[in-house]
Amino acid sequence: MSNSNLSAPAPAGVVIAPPAEDHLHSYPKFLWQAIKDATDGSWWFYAWMILLSTIALVGLHAWAVQVRDGMIVTGMTDHVSWGVYIANFTFMVGLAAGGVMMVIPAYLYHDREMHDVTIVGELLAIAAIVMAVCFVVVDLGRPDRFWHLIPGLGEFNFPISMLTWDVIVLNGYLLINLHICGYLLYTRFRGQVPNPRWYVPFVFLSIGWAISIHTVTAFLYSGLGGRPFWNTALLAPRFLVTAFVSGPAFIIVLLYILRRLCDVKIGDRPVQILVNIVRITLLINLLMVISELFTELYAGSAHTASLRYLFFGLHGANGLVPWIWSAVAMGIIAAIMFLRPRVVEHPVWLMIACALAFTGIWIEKGMGLIIPAFVPSTLHEIVEYQPSMVETQVSAGIWAWGFLILTVGLKIALPILRQPHPEMTESQKNNSGDAAPSA
Amino acid sequence: MIDRSPPSSPTPTPKTGGITRRTALKAVGATLGAAAFAKAVAPLTEWAANESVDDFLQKHYRELSPVDMALVLDRIVKDTKEDYGADVEVRDLRPQEGVKLGYALNLSICVGCRRCAEACHVENNHDRPSGNSYIRVLEMEKGSLDLAKGNVNYDGPVPKSDKFYMPVQCQQCDSPPCVDVCPVEATWKEKDGIVVVDYNWCIGCRYCEAACPYHARRFNWSKPQIPAEEINPDQGYLSNRIRPQGVMEKCTYCLHRTRDGRLPACLEACPTGARVFGNLLDPESEIRWVLENKRVFVLKEELGTKPSFFYFFDE
Repeated sequence: MSNSNLSAPAPAGVVIAPPAEDHLHSYPKFLWQAIKDATDGSWWFYAWMILLSTIALVGLHAWAVQVRDGMIVTGMTDHVSWGVYIANFTFMVGLAAGGVMMVIPAYLYHDREMHDVTIVGELLAIAAIVMAVCFVVVDLGRPDRFWHLIPGLGEFNFPISMLTWDVIVLNGYLLINLHICGYLLYTRFRGQVPNPRWYVPFVFLSIGWAISIHTVTAFLYSGLGGRPFWNTALLAPRFLVTAFVSGPAFIIVLLYILRRLCDVKIGDRPVQILVNIVRITLLINLLMVISELFTELYAGSAHTASLRYLFFGLHGANGLVPWIWSAVAMGIIAAIMFLRPRVVEHPVWLMIACALAFTGIWIEKGMGLIIPAFVPSTLHEIVEYQPSMVETQVSAGIWAWGFLILTVGLKIALPILRQPHPEMTESQKNNSGDAAPSA
Repeated sequence: MIDRSPPSSPTPTPKTGGITRRTALKAVGATLGAAAFAKAVAPLTEWAANESVDDFLQKHYRELSPVDMALVLDRIVKDTKEDYGADVEVRDLRPQEGVKLGYALNLSICVGCRRCAEACHVENNHDRPSGNSYIRVLEMEKGSLDLAKGNVNYDGPVPKSDKFYMPVQCQQCDSPPCVDVCPVEATWKEKDGIVVVDYNWCIGCRYCEAACPYHARRFNWSKPQIPAEEINPDQGYLSNRIRPQGVMEKCTYCLHRTRDGRLPACLEACPTGARVFGNLLDPESEIRWVLENKRVFVLKEELGTKPSFFYFFDE
């Protein structure tokens, strides 16, 4: 199998293709090569892609049923009118913003080793944003009227509606990252050294933009006076802090996988930096949880019903209690693990710590943040929510779709990741390139 | 990519023979994938068959000319006949000059019979299986205005001596959070104070439902079901026409009636006369008398929503 792997891609002509070839010719070739890279690989690669495609198709079908029969097939009601879709959306925005935690050390602190792998964070951002947008689309009762949201075509309620801000920042972030990744991959394909002028300004733009996507998403909720659970100034900072837990935690795992399965030479430094980040953000998040619990519960005002429902249950309704306490437990355990040097040095334990932190934040941002704002309702009725089978399938489908995008992106980017340093490319590219087997 | 196939490749790919086993498998895989995809989206095609292009391309309410609107109303009448078998009249009534509609409710005499909620259900062509209504009646404990102590699911004969009753519906706020949050301006406040929804423009994101502090908004979780003989044929484009699936709806103070000189259905159904409705700009109106002579309050005043719906007690 591996033989055919090696010889399958890239006709001999590409090698002699001069860098001066005009874009009209080289860009289609680049895209064609990308498609080939994305659809060619080992049997493991095929198995992984088929698995993801299958789950994505099941999700697509479930969504089609939901469009046809109405959102009655979800677990949502007029009382709890947002559910796992918006929960996952919120989490995904955070994951996308978290990718920037590779960009900051690389570009603000000029960390060379981190520089080499920032594209991993940028690709993660792309996949996460696409997922976030998908989660919004599946939450729409009338996805066919999506065009009403397009400025110029529809009626764009800017700047009053925070949702229009979110449309702008999310799509902007997607475009910025697509440009950065696309440019780096394309110049690499043409055998050139990327010109910093064409991507470094965008990298710096993306740093500010990453902060904005999660701040705006938090304002979406915290601006609603009728939902005291969300109506807190702590929401945006907490969103950012949790984003900087989930993003780096995911990337740590991703870097290990790339190192082990794809033969990418990644030094220990990037992982160390990310570990240091998670170490601190996890603790800040715990501090914020405690601040919130104290402020709400000590005063004991009537506005704390949602919080009490979430943590302790309310009038016998306690659907979220197990969820939130497992999230808290995961957060605490992960925080302790990250503080122990021995854990951090041991790959398996580090993976477990990352998984705990990631899952803990996923619960907290999802079930723990969106649902309780609706329980009790604004007229203090208690109606609980549980995702239906359709919602579960659609959500799983979008996750699979996101992993598909990430896998394909990384696959196309592998040659970049395998090269030692951008500056050395010219002299060393042949050596390093030959040594790397295709995944 | 470039690096991967050095010119000195030891085993060059055979260029003849064409199809390798891998290519063949890929083709089979792609075909299977395409078939699975078609199967997966099949429900979408079924759904699209019932959607018209005119409906899809319809412009925002504000941008419809009188001719456009006539066509739209015509289409709605035809669709209602086709889908529900009922002959209806749909009008597009505009706000009257010099009118701001307001509502007041006397909590001293409301007995909690829920006739208003029922009348709303019938008048506004609500989905029958869900028993939807724009009004929820809270049974409250005497001595407290705390909504947390209220109960919507009360049974037995009313009124109970230790309770009072508080119907809640859209408060037609002067600074409505639901309107602010709508990303596509599908909901707005009309000149006469009524907050309306263009059911043909709403994308169904339910942000307004999250924003409303009064639980006044409802979503059409499925296509409303109503038997033809139960359909109220007197319909308004912005009010009680049968709503499409997947869009928001809300109380409109029965604008198809109140913009036509009649009273809201909930008021007419009230057996105790607890409800007072009228023009807030008319100094001679009954509602103005109530506002000037009773001790009036609004719900959740601290949120700054400025309701046009008032509550008061007699004593």
